Amino acid sequence: MALLRHTTGEIKERKALTVNPAKTCQPVGAMYAALGVKGCFPHSHGSQGCCAYHRSALTRHYKEPVVAGTSSFTEGSSVFGGQSNLITAIDNIFTLYDPEVIAIHTTCLSETIGDDLMQISQKAKDDGKVPAGKHIVYASTPSYVGTHVTGYANMVKGILKGFVKKTGTPNGKINIIPGFCEPSDMAEIRRLADMMGIDITMVPDTNGVLNGPMTGHYEMYPNAGATPAEIAGMGDAKATIGLGRWATADGVNFLDAEFKVPGHVMGLPIGLKATDRYVDLLRKLSGKTVPDAINFERGQVVDLLSDYSQYFYGKKVAMAGDPDQVLALVEFCITLGMIPAYTVTGTAGKYFDERMAELLKDVPYDCKFKCGGEADMYLLHQWIKNDPVDLLIGNTYLKYVARDEDIPLVRHGFPILDRVGHQYFPSVGYSGAMRLMEKFLEALLDRLDRDAPETRFELQL
Amino acid sequence: MSTKPTNVEEIKKELIAKMPTKVARKRAKSILPGTEVGEPIPEIQSNVRTIPGVITQRGCTYAGCKGVVLGPSRDIVNLTHGPIGCGFYSWLTRRNQTDAGPDGENFIPYAFSTDMTEHDIVFGGEKKLRAAIQEAYDNFHPKAISIFSTCPVGLIGDDIHAVARTMQEELGITIFANSCEGYKGVSQSAGHHIANNQIMKHVIGTKDVEVEGKFKVNMLGEYNIGGDAFEIERILEKCGFTLVATFSGNSTVEDFRKAHAADLNTVMCHRSLNYVAEMMETKYGIPWIKVNFIGAEASAKSLRRMAAYFEDQELIDRTEAVIAEELEKVKTVVDEIKPRTDGKTAMLFVGGSRAHHYQELFKELGMKILGAGYEFAHRDDYEGRHVLPTIKIDADSRNIEELEIHPDPERFKPRKTEEELARLNEKGLDFKGYEGMIGGMGKDAMVIDDINHYETEKLLEIYKPDIFCAGIKEKYIVQKMGIPLKQLHNYDMGGPYAGFNGAINWYRDIDRMVNTKVWNLIKAPWQTDGPELEATYVA
Ligand code: SF4
Ligand code: SF4
Repeated sequence: MALLRHTTGEIKERKALTVNPAKTCQPVGAMYAALGVKGCFPHSHGSQGCCAYHRSALTRHYKEPVVAGTSSFTEGSSVFGGQSNLITAIDNIFTLYDPEVIAIHTTCLSETIGDDLMQISQKAKDDGKVPAGKHIVYASTPSYVGTHVTGYANMVKGILKGFVKKTGTPNGKINIIPGFCEPSDMAEIRRLADMMGIDITMVPDTNGVLNGPMTGHYEMYPNAGATPAEIAGMGDAKATIGLGRWATADGVNFLDAEFKVPGHVMGLPIGLKATDRYVDLLRKLSGKTVPDAINFERGQVVDLLSDYSQYFYGKKVAMAGDPDQVLALVEFCITLGMIPAYTVTGTAGKYFDERMAELLKDVPYDCKFKCGGEADMYLLHQWIKNDPVDLLIGNTYLKYVARDEDIPLVRHGFPILDRVGHQYFPSVGYSGAMRLMEKFLEALLDRLDRDAPETRFELQL
Repeated sequence: MSTKPTNVEEIKKELIAKMPTKVARKRAKSILPGTEVGEPIPEIQSNVRTIPGVITQRGCTYAGCKGVVLGPSRDIVNLTHGPIGCGFYSWLTRRNQTDAGPDGENFIPYAFSTDMTEHDIVFGGEKKLRAAIQEAYDNFHPKAISIFSTCPVGLIGDDIHAVARTMQEELGITIFANSCEGYKGVSQSAGHHIANNQIMKHVIGTKDVEVEGKFKVNMLGEYNIGGDAFEIERILEKCGFTLVATFSGNSTVEDFRKAHAADLNTVMCHRSLNYVAEMMETKYGIPWIKVNFIGAEASAKSLRRMAAYFEDQELIDRTEAVIAEELEKVKTVVDEIKPRTDGKTAMLFVGGSRAHHYQELFKELGMKILGAGYEFAHRDDYEGRHVLPTIKIDADSRNIEELEIHPDPERFKPRKTEEELARLNEKGLDFKGYEGMIGGMGKDAMVIDDINHYETEKLLEIYKPDIFCAGIKEKYIVQKMGIPLKQLHNYDMGGPYAGFNGAINWYRDIDRMVNTKVWNLIKAPWQTDGPELEATYVA
């Protein structure tokens, strides 16, 4: 019997009930972003349950240590405000865990009470709870507004607000704010810039933090991530590139408005065209030529595509995930000749609908998409029930749909609980495009092999 | 690192040395040496607030209520009223296995949430909750809906109980609500209590049916992580017991409704479910005993006690036959594995009963427990139930409703007379008894309540145990230090570990974990000690 046996194709309008969400809440994104700063200790201002959940979610996804503090609200703090809890927490954290930075985010509770992080942080400083040379940065992350993607964006901005300065002496660097993506993706985004000989500052940078080595020692602060000094220098940079509108536009615009660093917001460089745009922008901003090594990698992607496009062509895909991620994936699927039949993202935004319409305008199929509130995996499943697809792309929770409907699943996004690889191998850039094509092909061809009648079972492509 | 301390008192000093004075003073009361069997048990501080800023293992009241107790009931639509996160994180992350049985109802793979937005926070969420219940009904037609409030809901004051009442009348199905806002208690424990109260008020005893079977029991505090309850069911059935209801692994609302038909309540997780056992005894006259199905010997002992209660020779004989048969299988595996695990060491800091239960399994492998403690226990879980009258009620416990339970005018039926109970007691069947974890731990073991990250790291440096048991948040921290971690909240895809087959699974998993080669691979050949250059020629 089906695992999601109560899901039928009969779609009833819903306005209040979310079933199997394609999103989660702000603080988990804020916690992730904070981990991309070197020597940073994330702190959750609210009751301890949220913090436990967020740590668990990140730990399950990355299979790496994720520590964070909590203000551990009880009933009293919920009534009288969390100031004293937070000041105690700051004191305890600097004494016990000795970070360079504490990155504080709020939860629904502390937001609803109206705790003012700016004021409390100032008080902590005035009370001498912040040792010399140490920092506090903060972001307001109420979960009843936006999603984990919003939380990431808010904390990125909080980090920039806390550190960035302008000295007036240009440093010639380019700032890159990667969207909500894997540590491996951040490494790949940097590698492409390195290959072009461009000096970048990337914030956040979780590579080496959430895919670290086993050494026999536990390091609360791995030797990785953007340093406060580097981040401070972002005000003197030549330009900022934000990769992913939802996750980075706030940060990019902040640097533009406050420090007159010109900003460029584009999509995550997933797939051929998006990577082309990223490389091209790097080229224009830096005035450097694209090296042959990059052209070589790009050529490999096109080669792979030309060799195997017959297996992609006309295949219908359904996906669920973050808007920056799925928009890029939708474009890539179309490049491959596939049909992005159904797409949902729990994170709302007018741009999503516009961009989807634009991407889909020449796709010969009545594709459905939806963002925000009731754009959940339940709806996605109902669409599939009425008209099945060939491939699913999304996080681990889609495996229930995959099994029920007997459709291959390529895991992508957050969270991936039941597989590894995402921390180590990129899906952005040209190498990421090749990895994604490999995964799609594996899924489709395994299926072909499994279903082929004896007469049509083939040894070769 | 300082020179290694050797005894518990010295280690304790080392643990709290660097803490701010106030923190150190508080933590000192939660750290104790164990005691030998029969010796007086010292008082331990527990169930007190977590210290802000200190990295804790604990979760929240909501997690205890929705995640632990009601979550594993399969035919109830468990609807989280709040912003999306709380509902999302409690979605399928606890590995409560489920068999939907012939009726096929199973909502476990679904996450239901009202997904509150700013508008609901400002204007109140009752309307949305009402609509969500209606939509849940229209889409899923469940027999029951249970609502859980999260922190912001408590703050804005939505009356979830009133909404539940009106919707119950409108829809004609069971609908009840749990005020389990995360801030309500100091840990998950408060949530267990809240869930139990609501199950007691709204479900248990709402259907009077004849349950067939001579030896009817309920299993309380068993959540079917990794299939534990399935193994227990197998054994109970083999012995001839009839399981009326399990609270709440793979459970159904129908089973809850008729749970008062059982003649004995058995309690696995003392922390989370002792309340239901107590309340059912008062209301229906069902005695309860503590059991433990973690460990082969422990399982055998629990079965014997259950059989003894019914005083039926046939049942006793059959139970003995089952034990003999099962233990033989177990022994073969122990004989094979024990030489590889004997003398190795373990520490367990987890949950509100598991840190005690799992000691049995380690002992069966000849392993020594260096330290243990609970994440959300109360003093009785450490010191035994006899301390209950001396536990002070503080503001955080006063938050949680204490139900006034009286004998049910129609359904109260003492299962045993006072004399029968006394006689059984004399034979060693201690009703309502639980001796707690500390007695029998040994003087050189450490008992730590609500251990935090800082203490964990220090302990690992000092003791270097062969295996550490905790949860997912601790797992990779410990493993980075080269020490394997076994999750006891959800078993890392392993299990079942309960009962006899479970014990065998456990032995094999622990053997693999303490004897795997991976920990020897951490250093590259050029990182190990030795001469910088070797003059040998390698062809
Ligand atoms: S908001 Fe409250 S109920 Fe939800 S996870 Fe956080 S502490 Fe728990
Ligand atoms: S209360 Fe808010 S911040 Fe906390 S887990 Fe729930 S949704 Fe997330």
